[in-house]
Amino acid sequence: MSRPAHLLASLRQSLERSEPNLACVPLGHAGADEVLRGLRREALHEVYAAEAGDSAAASGFAAGLAHRLCAGRSLLWIRQEFSALEHGEINGSGLLELGIDPPKIILLRVDHAKDALKAAGDALSCTGLGAVVIEIYGEHKALDLTATRRLMFATERDGVSAVLLRLGAEADASAAETRWIVRSAPSPAEDDFGFARFDATLARNRHGQTGRWIMEWNGNDGSFHEPAENPFGLAAAPADGSLAAESWPKEDWRWAG
Amino acid sequence: MRRKAGPKKIGDGPDKPLVVSIKNDNALRIYAADRQAARLGLKSGMALADARAMVPVLDVAESDLPSDRALLEKIADWCDRFTPLVALDEPHGLLLDVTGVDHLFGGERALCETVHMKLSRQGFIVQCAMAGTAVAARALSHYAPGTIALPGKEDEAIANLPVAALQLDGGIAHSLRRAGLKTIGQVAARKRNELTARFGKEMVGHLDHALGHSEEPVSPRRPLPDFMAEHRFAEPLTVQDAILASLKMLAETLGEVLEKHGRGAREMTAVFFRADGAVRRLCVQTGAPTRDAAIIARLFRERLDSLADPLDPGFGFDLIRLEASCAENQTEETPSFEADARAARDVAFLVDRLAARFGAQRVQRFQPQDTHIPEAAAVAVPAQYAGPTKTAWHMQRGKDDPPRRPLRLLAKPEPIEDVMALAPDSPPKRFKWRQVRHSIAHAEGPERIAMEWWRHQEQMPTRDYFRVEDEEGRRFWLYREGLYAETREPKWFVHGVFA
Repeated sequence: MSRPAHLLASLRQSLERSEPNLACVPLGHAGADEVLRGLRREALHEVYAAEAGDSAAASGFAAGLAHRLCAGRSLLWIRQEFSALEHGEINGSGLLELGIDPPKIILLRVDHAKDALKAAGDALSCTGLGAVVIEIYGEHKALDLTATRRLMFATERDGVSAVLLRLGAEADASAAETRWIVRSAPSPAEDDFGFARFDATLARNRHGQTGRWIMEWNGNDGSFHEPAENPFGLAAAPADGSLAAESWPKEDWRWAG
Repeated sequence: MRRKAGPKKIGDGPDKPLVVSIKNDNALRIYAADRQAARLGLKSGMALADARAMVPVLDVAESDLPSDRALLEKIADWCDRFTPLVALDEPHGLLLDVTGVDHLFGGERALCETVHMKLSRQGFIVQCAMAGTAVAARALSHYAPGTIALPGKEDEAIANLPVAALQLDGGIAHSLRRAGLKTIGQVAARKRNELTARFGKEMVGHLDHALGHSEEPVSPRRPLPDFMAEHRFAEPLTVQDAILASLKMLAETLGEVLEKHGRGAREMTAVFFRADGAVRRLCVQTGAPTRDAAIIARLFRERLDSLADPLDPGFGFDLIRLEASCAENQTEETPSFEADARAARDVAFLVDRLAARFGAQRVQRFQPQDTHIPEAAAVAVPAQYAGPTKTAWHMQRGKDDPPRRPLRLLAKPEPIEDVMALAPDSPPKRFKWRQVRHSIAHAEGPERIAMEWWRHQEQMPTRDYFRVEDEEGRRFWLYREGLYAETREPKWFVHGVFA
């Protein structure tokens, strides 16, 4: 092999190695990250509520995914009017409690699923956005394989991620990169009232294996985690509060990022 | 120089004499009479029974004032093509402020004739006149149609009109006639202080308006746009692409004007004048002042695409006008290459597009509210109007604590049944919501939220909020309305669901 060709090959190799880091976002949950090797940014991801009662959990999971994919840019949340009536409005204070900055969110209400898809098609070409969440309630003819393929192409073209949140619907054929089926997971018996905790099944993964994990959303660093073994948080703080005082500035700094 | 034209419609006549009746003080009276009836001596205000006695073959139609008004509004819409300043002069007249526009139509005489001819062709009987003030134009259009008073010579033009032309209250006109003053010229020749002493200041003011000595402001039907540009087409446009192209050219013209004035528009209205007289207005708004023709054209395309009843060109549009309102100062924009600023601009443009397509109320942003009432704190406002506020977001939970506010908040708290809870402050043990029973495994609370007494008229009960988790891990935000001390049987509600 001649020298330039060799150089080119090695460059390509190094590019390949570094590429996943550019285009993929780790979830933060070790088990899921090992299987997924990061969530691809330029792609469509689907989140289904396992049962009717899991719509809030699925919304939380979708919000978490979108937050990871956004990386600080704005997020457009499109939802059907009826879905808001049925499952409740997206709550600004609730997002804040999850560590998602409310001013970064733009909400759009539409009447029909096809309006939502149309708006999403437009929004996915807006490179100022980080991600678009499309919340659709029930089964719709408009939401077929072609429609998801169109969304997938749009994400690949302009690099804005799409999260399709399906409430009250059965999983159907689609072109999505991943599909998650989410239900609420109970808190450990010793706790009072738990963190946002999901029983998430990765039911489809175009580039790898599937799996099922219990994940907990950490609002402080905005990522998913394995549920803490210790029911009192990651580490029991000393009663005198010395550790807490020491860790303040550092934690603040992480917040700002 | 300010000129006004007042076209006047009376109605069209069939074969039999026709009068329109109106019920006035429990008696049917004539509201309007057509030419033939007028020739037979029927006048408005006459009792209908008398009229029937005088003219046995009489067609009588009942008056329909709302339809009359609607028709007048439509004619006014049509007249918008001559000037943006059109005012209704009810019941039968329109006032057009044609200051500075007459040259577009070949002069004052030609403008007057155009209005007359085009309205007559639509089947109206029209009387036009033009003068420097609204009152003079109105008097001339009623009593000397076709007159165009020379600038500053209104007093001469109306001198020979009867005093009735002043349209004063009935009593005053009568008194003037009894005093021997039959024409406006005779009244005008009297000393002002005499007239004021006898008839009051108002009458003298009105007289001065009529004589062109002072001016009465005309209130236009719509606020005047700050800037506008228009295209007239010899061959009416019917193709949507051509319409859009024309809008884009108008936006470019308007953009140049706005730039010259250092302004940008927050609201743009496109007015489509159909060849057959129908007029349609479409409006788009932007979050930030803009004068970029490409943006404006794109917003109109979105708006046109989303119309529930599409823009029907019929036989085509012969005039398209673009108006810019709410023009705000916009400093010369330096193209910014900073990624953040570019992203913000991209997002603002997206918001405008979505608002044009789906309506401004449907594109929202969260804005922190200075209240602790959960449903009021969660208000999202239209994104185009959301600006920076002094109120800051305030996290409820402590660090490393679970969320204290739900991700999804029900628009209206829903009552729950079969609640089993121990008084006074215990969380429920179980409840039933939307036909599903939930047994509670974990609970946290109460968080007591008193209603803000300064906002509500009547006393609102205090709420005790609980965060509960059922055995399947579903997390709810419940509250009990009223303390046990306040009410005997407090009601329970679910207000939100946690992720």
